[in-house]
Parts: sequence; C-alpha cells; structure tokens
Amino acid sequence: MTSIEELLRGEGDVEDAAARAAERAAALARAEGLADVSYAVEPSPVGDLLVAVTPRGLIRIAYNAGETTDIALEELARRVSPRVLEAPAALDDVRRELDEYFEGKRTGFDIPVDWRLHDGFSRRVLRATARIPYGKLLTYGQVAAKAGSPRGHRAAGNALGSNRIPIVVPCHRVIRTGGQIGGYTGGMERKEYLLELEGVRT
Amino acid sequence: MALPPFQVLIDEHRTDLYRFLRASVGPHDADDCFQETFISALRAYPRLRADSNLRGWLFTIAHRKALDTHRARGRHAIPVAELPELVAEPLLNGGEPELWRAVEGLPLKQRAAVLLRFAGDLAYREIGSATGTTEEAARRNVHEGLKKLREVWQA
Repeated sequence: MTSIEELLRGEGDVEDAAARAAERAAALARAEGLADVSYAVEPSPVGDLLVAVTPRGLIRIAYNAGETTDIALEELARRVSPRVLEAPAALDDVRRELDEYFEGKRTGFDIPVDWRLHDGFSRRVLRATARIPYGKLLTYGQVAAKAGSPRGHRAAGNALGSNRIPIVVPCHRVIRTGGQIGGYTGGMERKEYLLELEGVRT
Repeated sequence: MALPPFQVLIDEHRTDLYRFLRASVGPHDADDCFQETFISALRAYPRLRADSNLRGWLFTIAHRKALDTHRARGRHAIPVAELPELVAEPLLNGGEPELWRAVEGLPLKQRAAVLLRFAGDLAYREIGSATGTTEEAARRNVHEGLKKLREVWQA
C-alpha cells in the first residue's frame, strides 16, 4: 500500500515537465532582458564548443564543452553576472557566422566582442590578434609589438594562451619565429585544422 | 565563494520545485507558477548573499507564488473571504482526489509544510525558512498536517 507521504509527491515523473518549464522560463527571461549571459553548446568540426554572449557581444568560446562548461560558466558568473542562462536563441548570429567560417564561406566575423574577461596587456594583445587577416600569420614578437611591447613576446604568448574567445579572436594565426607553429589553447591538432581551413600550409 | 550560475542552480532544483508547485496549485497552474518563480528568483539573484541557503531561498519564492495563486483562485471561486484556503476543485494530482481534497482542507501553514516536506523534499530547517518560521514549528506543522490527512483519508 502506498503511504500518504509517497502519494503527496504526485503521480508520474515530473522531470520532463520541469525541464520544459525551465526552458520556456529561460527564453522568457531573456526576452525580458534578464539574461546577463546567455550560453549554449554548439557542435562544430573541432568538437563541441561552449559559446556565451552578453548584450554587448561574444564573450566566451570554450573547446571541449563537455569538460569545460562548468568552469567557464562559473567564471562568467563571478566576473560578469550570476544571471547566466542557457538560451540557444541568443546564439543564433554567432552560430551562423561560425558555421559559415567552418564551411570556408566566411573570412571575418561581424559579431561584436565583449572583452570583459580580459584586461591590460592581455586585452591589447588579443585586440591586435583580432586584426590579423584570415589566412595570415604573425609571430608572438610581432603581436607583442603591435600591443605596444616589442620585447613582450613571452607575455604575449601567455596572453594568447588565456584567450577566452578562440577561433573568433584568431590566436591560431600567431606562431613562433622561424615558422614553428607554437602552442594552442585547444591543442595543436585544432590549430593545424584551423590554419589548413584558412589555406595556410603547416 | 560566489553565487553559482543561475542556470546551474535552477537545473539542480527545478524538478523538486516543479513537484512542489504541482502538488500546491495543481497540474494546470504549475507551469505558470514555475515560470513566475523562475523570473522572480532571477530578478533578485545578483543581490543575494553567496552564503545563503539557495535551495531554501528558491522554495521561499515558490511558496509565495503558490500562495498568490491560491489567493487569486479564492477571489474567483469562493465568495467567503475568510476561507481563502478552500478552492472549488480538487487538485487532481494523480488518482487520489480524496487525499488532495483533504490537503486543500488543511490550514495554510500545515498544507505548505506538508507539501514542502514530501513534494519538495525540503529539510525542516529549509521549510522553516521558506515559510518564515522556525525549524521546530515546521516540524510541528508537518506532523499535525499529516495527522489530519490520516484522519480524513484512510486508505
């Protein structure tokens, strides 16, 4: 015989209903301007990407979304706002541009970037990196010089390693002096993949 | 310590919240009530202290939304102003309308405590904070409420 305590839980599983209700509520919240950070996981040829935007623009792309999403969302909650919502519709523009890029139909991104996760020298280095044209390469030293610090190639390397918006801020276009390809946040294979996509022989 | 991303918080508690709301206001109004709880919580969230009991806080809001829904129904369905806790139709959460009618008949505090405990899976301390009373009073309300339900609904 079922106890009163069990009966009070109600019949059936509410998990699906709760998930659907939460999804609708998140969409409504975004429409009301309550989503300070919206994110979704997007499949891509270089694996699942966590992509996050704010009303100012694209703020985060993380490789290996399955493993990196928790940490990336925590950083966004801490540094931007805890009003972080899963809202795939907010990512429509970014998704379209990324798809076009991976299909080889797009050589530059039009979506605005929100730089709030970077400051100081890092931000200058990454802004300089963002201006490197499609399919072109710069060395760490050259990027450092463009960021105003000709001797700062090591610091520039660190800044590029901390890039929170890979692909769109193309740190894969920065290589070592002498032609060695150098490191990459997403691993060497991805750097080579992106450079080959852009027609650079590695 | 910082507040977790809202989505992470809601994903963790949404099923219990929904079950509590469905038991409180019935399947027909559960969605709307859940949505209002979600939006109210999100609005207030950045101002919340990071060391708050986040689960208790979410259920405080859900509990208030459920009360609002009951009051609204009371205005529509029942002309007797002093009995807002009585609604015209049983909640019909499953196959035991007699039980849900008995739940509807409980005094507000007992009904809330019983549903927070068994539909929402809250600890007594959390029930206390959600209903603005002490852990002891919450325990008593659950106990009294259950006793009445057993008297009315004998399986």
